Amino acid sequence: MKFEYPAGDNPIDRLEVVGRPSDRLDGPLKVAGQARYAYEQHEVAPNQLYGVAVGAAVGYGRILDIDTRQASSAPGVEAVITGRSAGQLDIGDFYVASALAVDQVEHYHQAVAVVVAGSLEQAREGAARVRVRYDRQPGAFVLKDAVFAAEAPETSPDIDIGDFARGFADSPVRVDEIYETPDQSHAMMEPHATVATWSGNRLILWTSIQIVSWGLRDLAKIFAIPQEDIRIVSPYIGGGFGGKATVLSDAVLAAVAARHCGRPVKLALERHLQVNNTTHRPATRQRVRLGADRDGRLQAIGHETWSGNLPGGAAERSTIPTTSLYAGAHRMMRTRVGRLDLPEGNAMRAPGEAPGLMALEIAMDELAERLELDPVELRLRNDTPVDPTSGKRFGTRRFAECLRTGAERFGWHKRGTRPGLVVDGDDFVGLGVAAAIRGNNVTNSAARVRLRRDGSLLVETDMTDIGTGSYTIIGQTAAEMLGLGLDRVEVRLGDSSFPRASGSLGQRGANSSTSGTYAACQMLREKLCAAAGADPARADFADGQLIDRGRRVALRDLAADGEIVAEDGIEFDPARGGLAHQTFGAHFCEARVDRITGEVRVTRMLAVCAAGRILNPKTARSQVIGAMTMGLGAALMESLAVDPRLGLFVNHDLASYEVPVHADILEQEVIFLDHLDEHSSPMKAQGVSELGISGVAAAVANAIYNACGARVRSYPVTIEKILPHLPLA
Amino acid sequence: MQQFTYERATSPSDALHKIAAAKGGRFIAGGTNLLDLMKLRIETPGHLVDINGIGLDAIESTADGGLRIGALVRNADLAAHPWIRRDYPVLSLALLSGASGQLRNRATTGGNLLQRTRCPYFYDANQPCNKRLPGSGCGAVGGYSRQLAVIGGSAQCIATHPSDMAVALRALDAQIETMRPDGTTRRVAIDEFYLAPGRTPQQETVLEEGELIAWVVLGAPPGGRHVYRKLRDRASYAFALVSVAAIIEDSGRLRVALGGVAHKPWASQAPFEAGDTPAAIAGRLLQGAEPSPGNAFKIELVERTLRSILAR
Ligand SMILES: Cc1cc2nc3c(=O)[nH]c(=O)nc-3n(C[C@H](O)[C@H](O)[C@H](O)COP(=O)(O)OP(=O)(O)OC[C@H]3O[C@@H](n4cnc5c(N)ncnc54)[C@H](O)[C@@H]3O)c2cc1C
Ligand code: SF4
Repeated sequence: MKFEYPAGDNPIDRLEVVGRPSDRLDGPLKVAGQARYAYEQHEVAPNQLYGVAVGAAVGYGRILDIDTRQASSAPGVEAVITGRSAGQLDIGDFYVASALAVDQVEHYHQAVAVVVAGSLEQAREGAARVRVRYDRQPGAFVLKDAVFAAEAPETSPDIDIGDFARGFADSPVRVDEIYETPDQSHAMMEPHATVATWSGNRLILWTSIQIVSWGLRDLAKIFAIPQEDIRIVSPYIGGGFGGKATVLSDAVLAAVAARHCGRPVKLALERHLQVNNTTHRPATRQRVRLGADRDGRLQAIGHETWSGNLPGGAAERSTIPTTSLYAGAHRMMRTRVGRLDLPEGNAMRAPGEAPGLMALEIAMDELAERLELDPVELRLRNDTPVDPTSGKRFGTRRFAECLRTGAERFGWHKRGTRPGLVVDGDDFVGLGVAAAIRGNNVTNSAARVRLRRDGSLLVETDMTDIGTGSYTIIGQTAAEMLGLGLDRVEVRLGDSSFPRASGSLGQRGANSSTSGTYAACQMLREKLCAAAGADPARADFADGQLIDRGRRVALRDLAADGEIVAEDGIEFDPARGGLAHQTFGAHFCEARVDRITGEVRVTRMLAVCAAGRILNPKTARSQVIGAMTMGLGAALMESLAVDPRLGLFVNHDLASYEVPVHADILEQEVIFLDHLDEHSSPMKAQGVSELGISGVAAAVANAIYNACGARVRSYPVTIEKILPHLPLA
Repeated sequence: MQQFTYERATSPSDALHKIAAAKGGRFIAGGTNLLDLMKLRIETPGHLVDINGIGLDAIESTADGGLRIGALVRNADLAAHPWIRRDYPVLSLALLSGASGQLRNRATTGGNLLQRTRCPYFYDANQPCNKRLPGSGCGAVGGYSRQLAVIGGSAQCIATHPSDMAVALRALDAQIETMRPDGTTRRVAIDEFYLAPGRTPQQETVLEEGELIAWVVLGAPPGGRHVYRKLRDRASYAFALVSVAAIIEDSGRLRVALGGVAHKPWASQAPFEAGDTPAAIAGRLLQGAEPSPGNAFKIELVERTLRSILAR
């Protein structure tokens, strides 16, 4: 089904099931421990062996030799496979680092061998006995010193609109600062894990992956086998945040080991490998220049960003939010990537927007201060109905409403106009605001629906549920379309034998995959009408019945002779109606800073999101509060520590890479503005899960500044960066 | 992990006997530190003697009006004990600021004292670390040292001792009572229990091979106001950047111990007097400190934390 702009009325608008705060369909399974994650797939392939990856001990260098003899003779060890014995392995289309080093170690903890044994303990012991000699080589590990490409990466060309240099020079009020964001780890709860088995030339994987079809594509390339010979099953994923976009070393090594041993192999990356073996959000340095007239109208916006990566690796596109957020005639954006021999930098929740807004939205706070203008008002003054870079109108842009609603609900008027004005007990109290913007993108998605003989409905699609609620909203969509209760719908996800959907990345999964389900259900409705001799233009579906001009036919009766199956997908016009598609929001934060010790407590957070139709307020809220929590972590504590001598992230466990805990989160509120996006999809929805993090860290940093006057431009805002700004007595 | 054998002891003497019989053996109590380290192969004992069933799990009063705490008393039970909460609240506060409810349910008094450093290089077997592999060098000196010591360290090691409980015990001038395989017992003041790293950072305490911590002994209740302040990057479940255990006696005399700054709870022999300013106290405590650029802020943080405590 082609999506026709605008959406117009459709059965989803009834909102009998969609739009309700239904509990997660998978919730009971998860709390009862019955949802099988990849590593728990014990029965699917009997006779499993255990694999353990050996991570490289140097940050950069050559492998001189690998002595596997002691490991091979360890109890229970079945095989020790190295890059030389694994057979030819390519890389996939998304990640640039190899899953298994052959001669050259590209980064710390890159796998150099995999040990396979009868038990996990035996495999671990075997792995500890693999002796590798390296020739450690000097690598590039420091972003500031990296050698940057002269040219822009293809994905983010230079933007020059108007005359930035003149516009900036002519602006009476200016900000020109450098901001730094650190490397961050996805730190998802479930480690990367896979069970792999071969039957003949066919490879089957039970794994933890966000986009099943990317996994097929990449495994086909890595192993040089046809995609048709691969099956991926990934029903439950314990978080990914972009770090499981497609297959990583766990999948490749498990498949290599299973082929080598002729038996199924199960392999999970140990926690310390998650950090340096897989990917992370790369650190950035960003220069932001803002020039405004005395009324606060932006004349010139300059945003340059530098990040590092392995050769061929992607740039962190921090300027993305700046292209579309504020008006301003003179614009200059630059994205540059330099070579670093650290682990690969790649997508993490709201890549581009999250680090970009961490910089831009502090700069806006600094500008507001110089203008002696309220930060909310400054943002309102630079609102624009047209994307200032592409010149396209926005499909929807409720940015001003987000700011106004938030300011009112948060008690923004209580904010001190200068730092240090509001004191409560031992604490300075401050409020901060930041804008949120994140692309509302869509991907063609399909589903198959089966009306079963008992009148219940089965939905199948390779869409994944990474803890987000996909099962539930897809079920709600199908129930709405067929006039069924949610309890009459079963949803099966994450299997490459099902029709292809967007997968979970870039906050596009919910909108795209429910639209695919909508398309399949629309086809089923037509088939049912045909079977019932009803007129599809007039027929209605409610209470498990097809209703046509007063005639009611139970769906169960229509399927009595055999299930009725429909498969279809949604196809989006790449031009997307000639509009700019973004989601908008505003984040508000209240922070307390102990006047003497500099300890920070974030006491209140509010997100106001304009993200189209909210398909399920409960799961959407969970997404946003989770994202706010992650943003708080980015603001206050999350940072991978680079050891520039040794070339690794040193704090590679969850005791030393800290993420927020419950005690860090006091009050979080989420407001969804009530609106529909007719140009987004038949669901009239948008994405929301990454909007929830975009801007949060800056709102926290701005609140800290407003509280105590510590303007910290290098995240995370830890105590030692605050102390120099506090009074001594 | 490396293969090991395991047996359960039924009494302190049985434990001592069993550990003496096995070379390279270790006691295991709550296991919350030892097992993690064994999985990472940082600890590789060939034999474990489980001491969870040997008794030593009670809190008893002593003749001089103090208390003795069995080595197997769980951190959660110790923190909740009415005598501790009434008479030694600094200990309760310190315990509750550490780890998590689940861990405290399992962790023991003896194990807590002997938990090992959280230096990240110690935790990564690929990196140099004199404590883990004597003679291999110290990754932290000149490296990522934010969590590590500002005083008492050496060129060979700047690890900190991560225990909160021990900091409170130092402010209380606790004694540690041990039993040795030959049947003798001894008492060591907590300040003398931990060894400076010097050139042998692998030797962390005065304990001899096979020596068992039996009791922790506290003197008569000191009275006064008890405070435990722990500064860290998140609100709970994190090791201290800096912590301060303080007992402010009614006379204004002050007993202070610091966590997060050294290989042991850091304190001075003599208590401080009522008129001593936070700067003077911090100055005396941290005199001769040699912080690294990554952790120099701890010095100021100690002073500020003291100021915050004394301001109330
Ligand atoms: C995630 C996490 C967070 C933590 N956070 C904190 C924190 O914030 N603050 C804090 O203070 N601690 C923290 N801890 C550490 C925790 O307090 C210790 O792991 C615990 O106290 C160790 O006690 P245990 O009984 O489990 O020791 P075990 O692991 O059983 O033993 C530790 C060591 O002591 C030896 N041992 C044990 N008992 C005796 C004895 N009676 N005589 C002689 N030797 C003995 C063992 O041989 C071993 O070498 C944390 C731990 C974890 C895992
Ligand atoms: S500080 Fe001590 S524990 Fe840390 S690396 Fe150096 S020697 Fe090892």
